[in-house]
Amino acid sequence: MSYHYYNEAAETMPREDLRRLQGERLCTMVKRVYENVPMYRARFDDIGLRPEDIRSIDDITKLPFTYKQDLRDNYPFGLFAVPMEEVVRVHASSGTTGKQTVVGYTANDMKLWGEVMARTLGAGGVTRADIGHISYGYGLFTGGLGGGLGSETIGCATIPASTGNTRRQVTIMQDFKPTFLLATPSYALTIAEFMDQNGISVNDLSLKAGFFGAEPWTENMRREIERRLNLKAYDIYGLSEVIGPGVAYECECQNGLHVNEDHFFLEIIDPETGEQVPDGTEGEIVFTCMTKEALPIIRYRTRDVGMRMKGECECGRTFVRMIKPAGRTDDMLIIRGVNVFPSQIESVLMEMEGIAPFFQMIVEREGNLDKLTVLVELTEETFTDEVRKLEAISRKVTDAIHSVLGIAAKVRLVEPKSIERFEGKAKRVIDKRTQVNF
Amino acid sequence: MLLKQISVFVENRRGAVRDITSALLEAGVNIRAISIADTAEFGIVRLIVDKRKDALNALRNNNMTVIESDVVALAVDDTPGALHAALTALSDSDIMVEYSYGFVSPINGGATIILKCDDQEKALGCLTAKGFTLLTADDIKF
Ligand SMILES: [Zn+2]
Repeated sequence: MSYHYYNEAAETMPREDLRRLQGERLCTMVKRVYENVPMYRARFDDIGLRPEDIRSIDDITKLPFTYKQDLRDNYPFGLFAVPMEEVVRVHASSGTTGKQTVVGYTANDMKLWGEVMARTLGAGGVTRADIGHISYGYGLFTGGLGGGLGSETIGCATIPASTGNTRRQVTIMQDFKPTFLLATPSYALTIAEFMDQNGISVNDLSLKAGFFGAEPWTENMRREIERRLNLKAYDIYGLSEVIGPGVAYECECQNGLHVNEDHFFLEIIDPETGEQVPDGTEGEIVFTCMTKEALPIIRYRTRDVGMRMKGECECGRTFVRMIKPAGRTDDMLIIRGVNVFPSQIESVLMEMEGIAPFFQMIVEREGNLDKLTVLVELTEETFTDEVRKLEAISRKVTDAIHSVLGIAAKVRLVEPKSIERFEGKAKRVIDKRTQVNF
Repeated sequence: MLLKQISVFVENRRGAVRDITSALLEAGVNIRAISIADTAEFGIVRLIVDKRKDALNALRNNNMTVIESDVVALAVDDTPGALHAALTALSDSDIMVEYSYGFVSPINGGATIILKCDDQEKALGCLTAKGFTLLTADDIKF
């Protein structure tokens, strides 16, 4: 079998050359953040670390970690290593306490993003002759614009379909004949479902590849998507703090995700000790951006769980493969591709008068879509004898959750003390989905 | 005079109403009337009881969400058209009935109709003026 690449020279670079390149890039980056990012300078000074102490990629363990909290503390632009006039793009993702996680890109960062995303698509055989249909949301979320950027970088005609209006999306797919699709796996199945219900044959579409990510999915779902949409389904991994989609990608072997290691350095650590664990061992995924200009994040604790695979891939890429995350180290949920923290629901409820702080989120998969139900305990202050007013309360909570999370939740008022307590606290999340990969 | 009614919030689950009757039984409270409003998601159980304070305590001690509210208790003859006359009086005065339930009262052998109107005070005045018999807490203590 012959494999496809967007940038064969980079993707198959000998490991020794790659390590040397990583070392050089890390050194340059460390000097730059020391000079330009007050938080990093203070952290380095605290532990007596000088930029010149970093001489090779092995020295990365000397560097301090960066946590999600650091992004929040430096909201919105405090960790940027360039002046704002160099920044050409800003994205943001929903954070825990209502504060967003903000990321920025320079013109060079945008080129880099296009490159790594193009490699992602190229690994699935996409060339400039192809037509891309992007069903990730366009907006502050990195999925839509990042995915589209990769498609345009290759030179594909790119359809920024964004999310929603499945009927129109399917019509576009029938008429414009895109050959590859970017979407959340659950949305891919929604499309398949719609086609079934409306008697549209998969032969009316021209898709040959799909790139799915941003939410957990299983091998079963992969097989189902491949069968129903008649395409090859690739898993992709990314997070906005690193760059967005394009951090790691599957090749045609569909056996682990190759990390774009010339730009993003992957470590797997023991979350307790902070020490690196050997390849083939599960731990917390930690990423360092060696080449990004606007937000060169150092040893970012993703809280995703994963491992570095041992051995080489048949495709010839020398980039290490990452096994898809099996879970999270904290209680963040990904629902319909959106990051959801229980504390966001908590802060919504806190702002509403007379609602007990006790709630429970139940996540289920109904058909192919994630469904979120929020149980909220009713207090006597809120309780009224009128059905209409109670329904208005649950609607008000529904609306508030929707405006904060950006996804629809079903709110159910429940009796006081009916939610299971755990050490005095309500058990906040029950995830009934088959818990698996990201 | 308006009458105090007890309302209890219940989820739609098996045994929810039984939990209420069990708490009231333990407290030795007699239920004069009960009505359940149900929606797809939850229900409101409305009660007229003989010992109101005991009932409130018993329900709250069982972690239930309870409130009291005022309702009109109307005594009507057990004859055709009796309720119709009362509702006509309210309707003529532009008063809307939000909900209603009834029970047979051993006091006069007639029926007692519980009414919750959009304007309770106005309803009270209207019915009193038209000569209808309204019951108070004392009337249902027996
Ligand atoms: Zn490979």
